[in-house]
Formats: sequence, C-alpha cells, structure tokens
Amino acid sequence: MIVVLVETDLSGAAVEVSRETVAFARSLAEAGGGVPIDAVVVGEPSAGLAEQLAAYGVRDVHALTGEAFDAFSGAAWAAGVLGVRAAKNAVVVMAAGTPRGNEVMAHVAARAGVAMAANVLSFSGLSPFTVTRQVVGGAALEEMELGQRPAVFTVAGHAVEATPAPTPGVGNVVVERPVVDPADLVARVVSTEEPEPDLSGSLKSAKVVVGAGRGAGSADGFADLLELTELLDGSLGVSRVVTSLGWRPHHEQVGQTGSRISPDLYIPCGISGAIQHWAGCSSAKAILAINTDAEAPMVTKATYAVIGDLHEVVPAINAEIRRRRAG
Amino acid sequence: MVAPLVAVKRVVDSSSEVVLTDDAQAVDGRFAGFTMSAHEECAVELAVRLGESRVVTLGDADAVEQLRAALAVGCTAATHLVADPQTFGPADVARELAGVVREHGHDLVLLGNDAADSGDFQVGIRLAYELGWPVVNGAQTVTVEDGPDGPTATVHVSGPDGHETYRLPLPAVVTVLEGGVEPRYPTVPGRMKAKKVPIEEREPAAPPAGTGRVRLLLPPPTPSDVQVLGKGAEAAPAVVDLFERLGVIAR
Ligand SMILES: Cc1cc2nc3c(=O)[nH]c(=O)nc-3n(C[C@H](O)[C@H](O)[C@H](O)COP(=O)(O)OP(=O)(O)OC[C@H]3O[C@@H](n4cnc5c(N)ncnc54)[C@H](O)[C@@H]3O)c2cc1C
Ligand SMILES: Nc1ncnc2c1ncn2[C@@H]1O[C@H](COP(=O)(O)O)[C@@H](O)[C@H]1O
Repeated sequence: MIVVLVETDLSGAAVEVSRETVAFARSLAEAGGGVPIDAVVVGEPSAGLAEQLAAYGVRDVHALTGEAFDAFSGAAWAAGVLGVRAAKNAVVVMAAGTPRGNEVMAHVAARAGVAMAANVLSFSGLSPFTVTRQVVGGAALEEMELGQRPAVFTVAGHAVEATPAPTPGVGNVVVERPVVDPADLVARVVSTEEPEPDLSGSLKSAKVVVGAGRGAGSADGFADLLELTELLDGSLGVSRVVTSLGWRPHHEQVGQTGSRISPDLYIPCGISGAIQHWAGCSSAKAILAINTDAEAPMVTKATYAVIGDLHEVVPAINAEIRRRRAG
Repeated sequence: MVAPLVAVKRVVDSSSEVVLTDDAQAVDGRFAGFTMSAHEECAVELAVRLGESRVVTLGDADAVEQLRAALAVGCTAATHLVADPQTFGPADVARELAGVVREHGHDLVLLGNDAADSGDFQVGIRLAYELGWPVVNGAQTVTVEDGPDGPTATVHVSGPDGHETYRLPLPAVVTVLEGGVEPRYPTVPGRMKAKKVPIEEREPAAPPAGTGRVRLLLPPPTPSDVQVLGKGAEAAPAVVDLFERLGVIAR
C-alpha cells in the first residue's frame, strides 16, 4: 500500500499539490500492479474531502484527530503517518514537496531509519526503486535509489498534473486517535497570527499576469508594476525571492511552491526563470519577459522579450497605454 | 548563556553554469563558483546575535573558505569535519554533527532548511533525532530568554497558516529559512580576525552509509525562439502593439 500525506486548505479541501501527489501515487500504484492508495489528513475531515480524494483514486482517508493534532508539530504528524503506515504495512510514504510535506517526511524517514528523497519529478524503475529529483536549485537532476522500505519521498509541486482517476476510489473515512508521546509535542506551534487572506484565486484565473522578481529591487519597487497590472486588468504574480524577503504576500507567489497560472499573457519582470518558478508559469499561452539580462532563462524561454531595466521599461509601457487611451 | 553551533555547507553557486564531472557523480568544481546557501547565511546571522557561536562544516579542504566567511561575520570558533561531502548522505552528516555537538556541549544548533546543492531538506531533523532533541523547521527568527526552568527559545516561522510561533526549552535544533534577518557583511577587521582563529580539524567518526545517488543529469536545454521587441523604454510602442494584437487591451 501507498500512504500519501494530504494537506488541506482553510476550507478543508485537498490542496492542488497534494492532489498532484495522489496522481503521482496512482502512476506508481499502477506500475506496482494495482496497489491501493490511502491518504492521511490532519484534523476532522471536511464534508467533501473524502469524496474529493476518492475522485483521485484514494481508498481510505485516515484522519488524525485528538488534542495532539490541534496545532502543528512535525514530530506528531510523522508519528500519526507512521502509525497508519505500520497498521497497513505500507511500502511507500509520500507527500507534496511543500514546506510541511518536506518537514514531515524528513521526520518520517528519520524515525523509520530510512532515506528520503525530496522534490521528486518522476520514477524510472521499481526494482531497485529509482526516482529523479531536483538538486542544485533545479539546475541539475539526480537519479536516486530508494532501496529501503518504506520508500519515503516528496513530489515537486506541479511536476505532474492533478488529474482525477479514471475509476474513483472508495474514499472511506477512518478516524484515527493516535496516542502521541509528549516528547513529540515539545516543538509545536503555540500561536498563529491571523493568516494572510488567500487571494490566489484571481491570480490562477487571470487572463493577464504581471510578474515581479528580485529585479523589482525593494518593497517600494512595485508601483509601476501594479499600475501595469491595473491597466491590463490583470493580477500580480511574484517569485519566491519576493515573498521570502517580505516584499509581497505569499498568495501572490507563482511556482512550484506557489500557484500555477495559465494566463493568455504572462509578463515576468526582473525574474530569472529558475526551474521552480517556471513550474508555475509554463502553461501561459504567451510570455513577454522584461529583464536586463538577455541570457536569463526566462528571456530565452519566453515568446517575446524586452531587454532593459524594468524601472524604465514598465513606466514607458504604462505611459504608452495611457497615451493611446487618451488619444 | 546560549552556546549555539551553526552548520554551513560549501555549495556550488547555481547561478553560475553547472557542468558535471565525467562520472556524473558531482558538479565539476573547476567551472563553478562556491558559496554557502542563503538560508545558512541567515542561520549564521541568528547564531552570532544569540551568543559566542561555533561554525561547523563537513567538507573538503576548500570548505575552510566557508568557515572563514562565518568567522568574519562574528562566529568565534570553527570545526572542520574533513571529508568528501558528496559521499556523505544526510544521515551521515547528521551523525557527524551530533558528535561535534556532544563534544563541545552546545545547547542550540542552527542549520539551513535545505542545502543549495543536495536539497535534501533533512539534515537538521535527522540531527535532532540523533540528539533526542526537539526541532523547529523553517525559522525566520530565533530568540532565547532565560527562565526559571532554563533557557527558552522563541521561534517564528512563516507557515502555510500564517505567522507561527514556537516556544520550547533548550536544547533544541532549529533550521532557518532566508528572509527573517539580514545577514551582515564582513568588515575588514572582521576578516583579519577570522584569519587568526584556529580551525579544529576532525576526522569523521564513521564511514558514510552514502546518498543513494545513481548519477546526476542536466535538464535538457530548451531551444529559444524568443522574439526581442526592443531594448529599454524605446520598446514601449512595440509592447503595446503586441498587447493590442493579443487582445489583452482594447484597441
Ligand atoms: C524547493 C524550492 C522551491 C522553490 N519554489 C519556488 C516558487 O514556487 N516560485 C519561485 O519563484 N521560486 C521558487 N524557488 C526559488 C527559485 O529557485 C529561484 O531562487 C527564484 O525563483 C528566483 O527569483 P527571482 O527570479 O526573482 O530572482 P533572481 O534569480 O535573483 O533573478 C533576478 C532577475 O532579475 C533581473 N533583473 C535584476 N534587476 C533588474 C531590473 N532592474 N530590471 C529588469 N530585470 C532585472 C536579473 O537579470 C535576473 O534575471 C524555489 C526553490 C526551491 C529550492
Ligand atoms: N556537509 C555539511 N556540512 C555542514 N552542514 C551541512 C552539511 N550538509 C548539510 N548541512 C546543513 O544542513 C542543512 C540542510 O541540508 P540538507 O538536508 O542536505 O538539505 C544545510 O543548510 C546545512 O546547514
């Protein structure tokens, strides 16, 4: 059996990267001759969750409940996942390559005394079980053998499509109440500030997305980009550098650990086009890159490009749009 | 008093072009620049703010450069586990780091969340299990206060549900994500001082179990058929023509 840790959003639905991970698990299950897939979720499942996961081919949905799971602890989540693994003697334990997914799988692997592969893109063989994953910030790939059982790994965001199963699974909810060792609750979230509102919906459905990366320069460097966004009635999407540095909120991030967008036109400004960013924007119909570096991967992969400083190019575009509108 | 240990790794700078060795087991260092990852620079900054810190690396002879870089910004002691880092898997590195922690009596270990080359996302967590300590992952900031029951760490993490706080007694392991603090630049006196700090050299305690690596590959190059609309502000009319052609603004 394969166990997949599934993350849910505030509404209780399985997040896209977790659904992608279940789809990946399905291809593995098929290669293994029809191995069942069970999901592990944390907390009381929402009304639609089991049905949603069944559509992706999941058999049982194990819900980890009880006081120990009220606030996040990587060790407790891992203990819960390993409890399910042990009861079902699962041969594979996997999660999405999100911060939580990588963290919990590292706990799982350390506790089980086995290796873990982070950010897997595909598998190429079952015996020995061989995966291909991203290394060196995506500049290289590594083929890695996971010879031990359980095989523990995470799936890079947007490496596969979140397609539903041709034949749905059962989606039977199993409420688990694992006993958690107090030692596993020492490093545990004690308070969470008001979460950022998730406004990524409009980004994902936008016809035009203006992108901004490190080239924006600072938190104050977005005025022209926001004006262009407004003039085009689009959404702003940013690179991880921009969210890590706190220049813009996380829900605006595009990429492997952000949203996947598919606009008619994406206009990445001052974004180098690292593979993890590309994972989120490769399905744009057309890309217009604005970058000082003509050799930046984003420029060479784009449909159109302007070579130059975004702080000169973008205001000029805005002025030209305003001029034509006025005329 | 906190006694932090901070672990850094010498890694290829992935913004330089990546070339593989003939046996495809590693990135060819002859064509690469080297650095420590941005997460680790922040871990070093946090360690230096917390107290007299020791920096440790497991790496080849050249990794002394990364130890000196950490000493130049305020670490006061350094340990070099001399070994080929390509052959040491995350469990191997964690075991070796645990030996250093035990010997020097640290009560807090800071690491990067993930190394910029191997991207394993796990050495810190494995180290915590080696030591039997709790671990917080992906920290932006770490502060330590003395309390009646000993020192307590407060750790801020920017999690999927919002800004999260952890509070836990030391000893503990914390892995750091870039963005929470601004790493300082080395000063000239800092660099001078760093040159004089003796570096403790150690042999690994045990041979490595390995990484599971079969080989490295380079992603296939994508052919470019980009149409350059122009340079600088002069390109604006061509850009707006394109917008009109694509129908993203009304003509
Ligand atoms: C596991 C993992 C997950 C990740 N997930 C994501 C993700 O979801 N999304 C994401 O974006 N990244 C992600 N990353 C990070 C990714 O690898 C890159 O580091 C990041 O995308 C780089 O952001 P950037 O392009 O803004 O910055 P840089 O790579 O620094 O590029 C800046 C670009 O701006 C150009 N520039 C500079 N100044 C100007 C100017 N004035 N005008 C015009 N151009 C200028 C430069 O030429 C350069 O091309 C992830 C990394 C890892 C390891
Ligand atoms: N060879 C090494 N020497 C010192 N620290 C290391 C080494 N490898 C990994 N680390 C630390 O562990 C963190 C996570 O690495 P990884 O689990 O390999 O992605 C890194 O950011 C470093 O802080």
